[in-house]
Amino acid sequence: MNAWIAFWNILDNDMRSYYLKPPNVSWGLIFPLAWTGMFFIRSGSGLDSVAGLLPGVIAVSVLFGTTSLLAVTVTFEKKGRSFERLLLAPIRLELLMLAKTAGAILFGVVNAFVPVVLAALLIDLAGVDWWTLIPAVVLIAISSTFLGLFIAVSVSEVFEAQTFSNFFRFPMLFLCGLFFPIEQLPIWLRPLSYVLPLTYGADALHGSIRHAAVMPLPLDFALLAAFCVVLFAVSLRNIKRKWIV
Amino acid sequence: MPQSHDARPSARMDDVECSEAPRQPRMINDGFVIEVTDLAKRFGDVVAVDSVTFTVHRGELFGFLGPNGAGKTTTINMLTGLARPDVGTIRIARIDCSENPKAAQHLMGVVPDESNLYPELSGFDNLCFCGSLYGLRKRDRAARARELLDQFGLADAAGRKFAGYSKGMKRKLTIAAGIIHAPPILFLDEPTTGIDVASARQIRQLIADLNAAGTTVFLTTHYIEEAERLCGRIAFIVKGRIVRIDTVDALMHETDGRHVVQFAVSDSAAELCAAITGAFPQLRCNAVSDTAIRVESPEPVRVGPLVRLLEDRGAEVSEARKIRPSLEEVFVRITGIESAAMKQEKAKIGGGV
Repeated sequence: MNAWIAFWNILDNDMRSYYLKPPNVSWGLIFPLAWTGMFFIRSGSGLDSVAGLLPGVIAVSVLFGTTSLLAVTVTFEKKGRSFERLLLAPIRLELLMLAKTAGAILFGVVNAFVPVVLAALLIDLAGVDWWTLIPAVVLIAISSTFLGLFIAVSVSEVFEAQTFSNFFRFPMLFLCGLFFPIEQLPIWLRPLSYVLPLTYGADALHGSIRHAAVMPLPLDFALLAAFCVVLFAVSLRNIKRKWIV
Repeated sequence: MPQSHDARPSARMDDVECSEAPRQPRMINDGFVIEVTDLAKRFGDVVAVDSVTFTVHRGELFGFLGPNGAGKTTTINMLTGLARPDVGTIRIARIDCSENPKAAQHLMGVVPDESNLYPELSGFDNLCFCGSLYGLRKRDRAARARELLDQFGLADAAGRKFAGYSKGMKRKLTIAAGIIHAPPILFLDEPTTGIDVASARQIRQLIADLNAAGTTVFLTTHYIEEAERLCGRIAFIVKGRIVRIDTVDALMHETDGRHVVQFAVSDSAAELCAAITGAFPQLRCNAVSDTAIRVESPEPVRVGPLVRLLEDRGAEVSEARKIRPSLEEVFVRITGIESAAMKQEKAKIGGGV
């Protein structure tokens, strides 16, 4: 019970200190809007392209929103040593890091629904399978946040966090099948696509919005969940190895 | 579990008389609360801590004294769970920290060497947040935060962001955050480094009050006078090894039977010192600065002949005063580290005792 008091207050503190700050709220709204506008203009095929672009815009919004903020905030707190205060608290490291990442996960989920709301104003979303879309968005948000955590633990400066994030994010965007089908990629690049968590998230989003999943949805969800577990476990191991030396 | 709030100092910091008089050390022999055995830690080729063994009694104010880089912070990090020892055991209140570090962390408050609270939160919110990390409920942590802000003289700044606090205020709030859950054991890492004299005096008084109320305090410092005033027992640590642990009384006893007189002269103290040593070989003479000479003897020092000698050499003697032997001299003798080097480190960091 006492540990949960700490959990909720870490989450609450992060929400107030970072995620609900006006610059981040505007980032959370403007960034998905900008991506949406950009892809619509690029597609040039009017409203017919909305459903086809929506999975990509959702995934990009979640990926960029979560990784950017988490990697920067954790690195910032580590640099300012306020993170030490959390490590000194009598709460298990697993729970502490779940509390620390929960804000970014929520931020990512909210980010994801900005383009969905926009799309709802333009096209009929009656055909969307919400029972697939919502868990897919949540799992993409969790895996992206844990990727942000992995990045945060790997660097020591805030600017390094941003640079290192892009090292993962941009290849992921073009290789995960959101904008180009994986089958159209050069054969030697395809194996790389299948080791990216977003590939399975993108497939689940295509399945929920366009009913065009390439892989079975249970497999997508299982692999996304596995990526979450592995990224979290590796990040915890790295925290113990690098920050509790 | 956090201790009940009985162990709080009762007086407001504004109200206390900061006389800076040496305090009567407390040492309650009803068991050890910190037991450290053969602790060692390396960073690559650098040996940070080597075979460190000591115990701290319940209710004691234990000083860990040494120059920068001696291994003080590494030791405190291992004791508090921020670092893992390569070898050795740490037991806090009989809890083996390698097996159950989180249980031990319930019992301790930690004030790191830097004020590391959240810059964007107010003083009050920072304290409440720190209370929540120890499981204090909303109403309890708010009441405790208000009490500590009042006690530390920070009530008027409670709503201001931590980033806007002065160094002394930041340090006081950081200490308040360390004791928000009224821990029975408090680790203080260089609590008065880099702050103004008035704030340092207030903080030392607060530490003494906390200890008087029953909190066991583990204090690292490189201010020898601070350790002498506050601590019951002191460990001297140099290059990662403890070279001596004893009570302040026992350490000071080593200076018994020695008589020291300091003369203030116009200039050329080193040359005058050589003249004194030549004329009075039984005396030990040191030029403390260019205008100060310190004469030491196992017998009472006769000032008259020395003043005459100095004046015959053309020196103007403006003062001669008996010096009470200090812990600094004991430290220098035991560790071989010149006090000037310690003072240089103080000057680099800023602040003072």
